[in-house]
Amino acid sequence: MSDAILSFEEAMEKYDPVLGFEVHVELNTKTKMFSSAPNVFGDEPNTNVNEVDLGMPGVLPVLNKTAVESSIKIGLALNCKIAEYCRFARKNYFYPDTPKNFQTSQYDEPIAYDGYLDIELSDGTVFRVEIERAHMEEDAGKLTHLGGSAGRIQGADYSLVDYNRAGVPLVEIVTKPIQGAGSRAPELAKAYVAAVREIVKNLGVSDARMERGNVRCDANVSLRPHGRERFGIRSETKNVNSLRAVEHAVRYEIQRHAAVLDSGEPVVQETRHWHEDTRTTTSGRAKSDADDYRYFPEPDLVPVVASREWVEELRATLPEPPAERRKRLQADWGYSDLEFRDVVNAGVMDEIEETIAAGAAASVARKWWMGEIVGRAKNADVDPGQLGVEPATIVELSKLVEDGKINNKMATEVLDGVLAGEGTPAEIVEKRGLAVVSDDGPLLEAIDAALAAQPDVADKIRGGKVQAIGAIVGGVMKATRGQADAGRVRELILEKLGVNA
Amino acid sequence: MNENHSNQLVRLTAAQLAAKLAAREVTAVEVVQAHLDRIAAVDGGDRGVHAFLHVNTEEALAVAAEVDAIRAAGGAAADELHELAGVPIAVKDLIVTVGQPTTAGSKILEGWYSPYDATVVEKLRAAKMPILGKTNLDEFAMGSSTEHSAFGPTRNPWDPDRIPGGSGGGSAAAVAAFEAPLALGTDTGGSIRQPGAVTGTVGVKPTYGGVSRYGAIAMASSLDQIGPVSRTVLDSALLHQVIGGHDPRDSTSLPDPLADLVAAARLGNVDGMKIGIIKELHGEGYQAGVEHRFNESLELLKQAGAEIVEVSCPNFKYALGAYYLIMPSEASSNLAKFDGVRYGLRVLPEEPPMTIERVMGATRAAGFGDEVKRRVILGTYALSAGYYDAYYGSAQKVRTLIQRDFDAAFAKADVLISPTAPTTAFKLGEKLDDPLAMYLNDVATIPANMAGVPGLSLPGGLADEDGLPVGIQLLAPAREDARLYRVGAVLESLLEEKWGGPLLDKAPELPAPELPAPSLAETVTSHGGSH
Repeated sequence: MSDAILSFEEAMEKYDPVLGFEVHVELNTKTKMFSSAPNVFGDEPNTNVNEVDLGMPGVLPVLNKTAVESSIKIGLALNCKIAEYCRFARKNYFYPDTPKNFQTSQYDEPIAYDGYLDIELSDGTVFRVEIERAHMEEDAGKLTHLGGSAGRIQGADYSLVDYNRAGVPLVEIVTKPIQGAGSRAPELAKAYVAAVREIVKNLGVSDARMERGNVRCDANVSLRPHGRERFGIRSETKNVNSLRAVEHAVRYEIQRHAAVLDSGEPVVQETRHWHEDTRTTTSGRAKSDADDYRYFPEPDLVPVVASREWVEELRATLPEPPAERRKRLQADWGYSDLEFRDVVNAGVMDEIEETIAAGAAASVARKWWMGEIVGRAKNADVDPGQLGVEPATIVELSKLVEDGKINNKMATEVLDGVLAGEGTPAEIVEKRGLAVVSDDGPLLEAIDAALAAQPDVADKIRGGKVQAIGAIVGGVMKATRGQADAGRVRELILEKLGVNA
Repeated sequence: MNENHSNQLVRLTAAQLAAKLAAREVTAVEVVQAHLDRIAAVDGGDRGVHAFLHVNTEEALAVAAEVDAIRAAGGAAADELHELAGVPIAVKDLIVTVGQPTTAGSKILEGWYSPYDATVVEKLRAAKMPILGKTNLDEFAMGSSTEHSAFGPTRNPWDPDRIPGGSGGGSAAAVAAFEAPLALGTDTGGSIRQPGAVTGTVGVKPTYGGVSRYGAIAMASSLDQIGPVSRTVLDSALLHQVIGGHDPRDSTSLPDPLADLVAAARLGNVDGMKIGIIKELHGEGYQAGVEHRFNESLELLKQAGAEIVEVSCPNFKYALGAYYLIMPSEASSNLAKFDGVRYGLRVLPEEPPMTIERVMGATRAAGFGDEVKRRVILGTYALSAGYYDAYYGSAQKVRTLIQRDFDAAFAKADVLISPTAPTTAFKLGEKLDDPLAMYLNDVATIPANMAGVPGLSLPGGLADEDGLPVGIQLLAPAREDARLYRVGAVLESLLEEKWGGPLLDKAPELPAPELPAPSLAETVTSHGGSH
């Protein structure tokens, strides 16, 4: 049974959305949050576990210092305050993905709190999302429910559990209620999660691959009639794990809430499951603020004391924030807003930066990446950066063109040769015999033939209509199978006809 | 080896055995075999001590043989042997051991083998101390009588109809019955010291963090501590020296290097020391015979040159109540992992549906005993939203007040002293139906756990009215465990002088004569006591 929805536009006319996000970031530490087992994705189930991860009797947790450093870095990058002293707590609940039947998390003493993140929207505005807290916790194992149910534990014939993920370090970033986004709410949702992902990737603290669950988003949505202060009842859509899905899920929930409110029914406070195939959500479990996890301070761990010196040391290691870096690069490269946005959207900003650093002009680097490589990557269904084009290759190709050794058309052919593994550009030029014909003898023959073939055009040029020269140049290029330098051909034609261009 | 020789060997202390082994007057195999023989003679049967849940015969003999071979070969390897190499030890069955089952005294872990060794067990192995087996305890260390073991109670070697204390009744009784010269215990609210008191043995709860808890199945993480059980103060110091020290696998483990506790025990000098009587921990509520022996110990210490002062710890009266909020709260969470999913008992519900909740529920219903359930329910309640501040929160405040009381007391005295338990050993079954009366047994031992300070119990003689052992408790500031051994050794030697030898020489011969005791025999059989 699918839920009724209102059109987004109608929903926006009547209601004001309030958003909230919990983004879980898996840290890429070598070992787990509280054990020495490896933190590796994709291995055989239950191989990256030791007695601590399995919750064997008698085991004790030991906090991963690198995970704390990564958490502090995330906190700093989100403009948070860093707690001088904080503790872990036990969140008690029985579920087989949690080997101890409690999750070691932080409750009322997060490591980072009171921050913000400025989000750039497509209309050029900057929206400030306030961060309530970023806290450390451990991931749960992964359950697979088989038989008799639609992937849920209720009604499954049996369930398999993989504890490789149990104990992987997580940082949960929680926003304050986000108000005032209006119809930009879906876009903001996507842009916020993208910004968080970019920050943790830029910090190097997470692999940040959403398809692997390195960054997972729970999206809270509620609506209230325009002008009302009090928040409506929220739903929490769990595990929305792609940027596009975040946008769609928020849009869908806004539409669904609007329909419920319109019908006069109260919105149910519950978790919702996101379905990528239908782009809808379905009801999960009823959730109330009274869920009782019986939190209490974890007695097996000592408090985390983050001295101001340590925090400042970590702050000094932070890379340039992505938004500031983008501003700097655009200015340095002299790209227009549109050009730069295309570069960012195509995901080749880092590559262009490297190519420029290797010696290419900014315009040349953009031309190659945007004009040639992005398209090829799309065809190969990989990220442009993963196609295997080295910045040095671009520099070499552009140098060959500038020196007149090859023309642009040949250069693209050379690029294909490089991608096919045939060698360096110079080697490919040599091997394929692609050098531009620069001996004037064969060219003059071809020019004579072309002028003779099109005497009317020759007359026009003689008569001063120099722009007609293209037809003759084209004939020459055709005759030389593209190996002539078009510039030199033009010069020779004008010389031959005695015209000063 | 004749029976007489064997009987003499088991009556030697760990220090004496170590000396004889080093001098090659006896082999480790002989020592271990003597103790195995003693276990076979006194532990089993309807009226046996039943200190052991598992006897580790083969491995213990193999380790002993290895020690003997190293000694016989001589050279550097022999020189590097630990001084306790070849001295056997019993391990409370709350501490995990590779190669032997670990039950925690519970049906829910019956037959479970740990894939890893506790840190203290690794240390015993490194010292090449043969492990004789695993000793009985109240289920998950919850109790003061060892009657809450799922595998039947342990009997007090002084009187088979009486409790050996708890939860570590098995370790204390094993040592008191000469089945082992040494044992490991765990102490959350007195589980080492109170059994020591009622069996006439020595037991030490080290400073919290002084001994790694890694591999001790947690009851209450912030209170639990592993410690030594022995027949003399020096032996406890020797064992404490083996198991103590920092462990990177236990975050609450202290970073400090371990003090020379053995030297402190050998020094034994109280001249000029201030020893504080805790006003609140004697007098009313304490058995007359206990009070009498306690006062006698004070006299002896005074004669030895100590200054006796009185200190007041007014908040100790809240300790028991606060303890019974903090301990069950932590226990309710620590015991959540026993759910039938990964290891141990799994019980399916009698009726479908076989949902995970129902399997967990049926497993825990069948696997846990009444006392465990009682504490899990108490703790779950105390941590619940709306009750947390009033219960767990208030209890933590009391804990701070108790720590302040200790700080004030230790400003006036170097060491504090009290009876270890208010009474001598009570009868089996006497308090089983009255949990509150049972809990009161720990009134004098709990404050040390609440504050993390070290405590030692040593035999202070026999009570006049029942001829049963009385325990004297010494308490020192955190990280000052050495003071316990220093004062304990003095008091021990003064008391031995007074009593004409070790107190345990006065214990009745074992095995205890068979007696027709129908009601008790039924109780024991129905518990299905097993080895």
